[in-house]
Amino acid sequence: MTRFAILTDIHANREALTAVLNDVAQRRAERIVILGDVVGYGPDPEWCTDKVRALVEAGARLVLGNHDAALTDPAADLNITARRAINWTRPRLDAAQTEFLTRQPLKLREDDLLFVHASAHDSADWIYVTSAARAMPSFRVSDARVIFCGHVHVPQLYSHDMSGRVREQRVIAGAGFPLIRSRRWLAVVGSVGQPRDGRPLAGWALYDSVLNELTYCRVPYDTAATVAKLRAAGLPESLAMRLHAGA
Amino acid sequence: MKTRPQSGLQIDGFTLGDKLHEGGFATIWEVTHPDHATPMVMKVPKILDGDDGPTIVGFEVEQMILPRLEGVHVPRVYGIGDFAVMPYVVTERIPGDSLLLRFRQAPFAISDLIELAARMADALHDLHSQQVIHLDLKPENVLQRPDGEMVLIDYGLSRNDRLPDLLAEEFTIPMGTFPYIAPEQYLGARNDPRSDIFALGAMIYQAATGKLPFGKPETLRRVRPRLWKDPVPPRALNPAIPEWLQEIILRALEVDPTRRYQTAGQIAFDLMHPAQVKVTARGLKLVQDNWRVVWHRWRQMRGIKRFAAPASVQSQIAKAPILLVAVDLSPEMEALADLLRDNVQRMLVTEPDIRVACVNVIKTSRITIDSGLDEAGQHLHVARLVGLRHWSDGIALGDERLTFSVLENTDPAAAIIDYARHNNVDHILMGARGHSTTRRYLGSVSAQVVAEAHCSVTVIRRRSSPAPMPG
Repeated sequence: MTRFAILTDIHANREALTAVLNDVAQRRAERIVILGDVVGYGPDPEWCTDKVRALVEAGARLVLGNHDAALTDPAADLNITARRAINWTRPRLDAAQTEFLTRQPLKLREDDLLFVHASAHDSADWIYVTSAARAMPSFRVSDARVIFCGHVHVPQLYSHDMSGRVREQRVIAGAGFPLIRSRRWLAVVGSVGQPRDGRPLAGWALYDSVLNELTYCRVPYDTAATVAKLRAAGLPESLAMRLHAGA
Repeated sequence: MKTRPQSGLQIDGFTLGDKLHEGGFATIWEVTHPDHATPMVMKVPKILDGDDGPTIVGFEVEQMILPRLEGVHVPRVYGIGDFAVMPYVVTERIPGDSLLLRFRQAPFAISDLIELAARMADALHDLHSQQVIHLDLKPENVLQRPDGEMVLIDYGLSRNDRLPDLLAEEFTIPMGTFPYIAPEQYLGARNDPRSDIFALGAMIYQAATGKLPFGKPETLRRVRPRLWKDPVPPRALNPAIPEWLQEIILRALEVDPTRRYQTAGQIAFDLMHPAQVKVTARGLKLVQDNWRVVWHRWRQMRGIKRFAAPASVQSQIAKAPILLVAVDLSPEMEALADLLRDNVQRMLVTEPDIRVACVNVIKTSRITIDSGLDEAGQHLHVARLVGLRHWSDGIALGDERLTFSVLENTDPAAAIIDYARHNNVDHILMGARGHSTTRRYLGSVSAQVVAEAHCSVTVIRRRSSPAPMPG
């Protein structure tokens, strides 16, 4: 296995997921790993769940996200907008779809790679990795050489060097970055369906385990179509604004 | 690091031979590998069993940057070692010593010096074109291939604009080699390719005079005076140095990066066109600036924290391109030549730092054996130069940024392509004659240039009105 496509935070955005999967195919990724939050926020939970299930049946791997878990956990800790969106989502999924999304593991380990939705430390607490200090606990609980997570919706990269220091690294979209073996790495992958770094482009990451290179990819998608559906569904207007601005 | 290098050690298919060199931070070994017949060397850092931060990070940087470089001006990489076992980099072995030994013989004869300097500038331009700033240029980091091309080695302090800068985040003290370090690099900047231009200027100064422009400071504090104190003019140390060469050296050594050459390609270009270097007070001076001037500069510089850096290496190179304009001066092509000039003028608006090389080709006969110019040939050459200058009237560009060359070749397209390659030209602008059946079968000069040039080519053609329909 050499080329991993890492997708996360699809958030029921059909147009974004379609654009990303096209890009994944064009860049000839061989494996797909999805870091959770297939639903929540977006207007197409049924289609996205079915699509992800088909991918998993074809060999992709999936971990649990906090929005997916909230489908069967009414006490889940979500902000007001997220709660309204998940309440809207719940009746749209049938029992099999819900069961598929919620039965996924919190973490996946493959060789020296670890896949998880939020911080690897206490992964069911859904801690956001947003700084070197917040990245440190993940390195402490895992000996994986590369940890991939999502949840933040902003692409970031952290390194853990031989003397134990954690540093944030500049992320340059589209440039292959060598994950040099003298350090361990934590890659926060940007969101497919709801980017929050000021660029309204769907995000994903390509990791080539032979070249040992990580590339943060961004793809344009038809935001207007998703926004129109969001509004037609009566979902909160702030979610529509967010997709337009990518922030 | 669990394994230590020694003769006979086998690692990842490589077998270590003799130790070739032992430096302060690394050892160099001769290595062989059954899959590679080329002579190779392995560099292994001397990482002490403790917290040896700078050596480790420097080696991480080299492992990141070196494998991504390509071309004749960098060593080719054959293997990278894992830090968990033994970190190393295996590259091709460039025969011979670095320029360090050769520089002990400086000053060099002027013609050798120009050749050496131009080749170093070419190598540096190639590196910058790959978005890498070396940041530790010095004679010991330059090797020469048997065919003459220079190879830049040791990327432990370098920066690739497209990769994170592990050194910048780690250390706040400036890093570099004191005799060659640029003022902005001394102030901590690691993102300006013009820092390498300064170091190149210091090396050319050294090759021209046998002396270092700012001596050999032992401490960082003693580096600081180069912010206001100018070096002894090279011609005061070696009267054989022409004014134009001093102009080039001192321009590369300007304190403010914006007053230096903006690309290494432009230094190489000037070294190849000495007659067209515009000599200013810089090239003429024979003594250092007087104390008043130095004092004034000290007042300006004493509080300075940084100089403005370019947005990226790529933008810095793109901002100062070299444009080759191939001008056909034959009378029937006058209208096309005018159109060409209009296009050049339009480009000056968007590219204020552009250099324009106006080129005309005299097509020589294949039968002529001697290339030495006869009386008539000489006249033709001069007439074409005069014609080129006349054509350029109205191009609003200072003399120093406009050059004129008349080339001679049996194959005009080959002459243009060759000139472009050897002068780091970024863009060729030329005219194409109208359509004709003969040209369609024999091929045109512009078509050949478009097909074979290494850079962008824009072809200008006069709009022709459609031929009347027959019948």
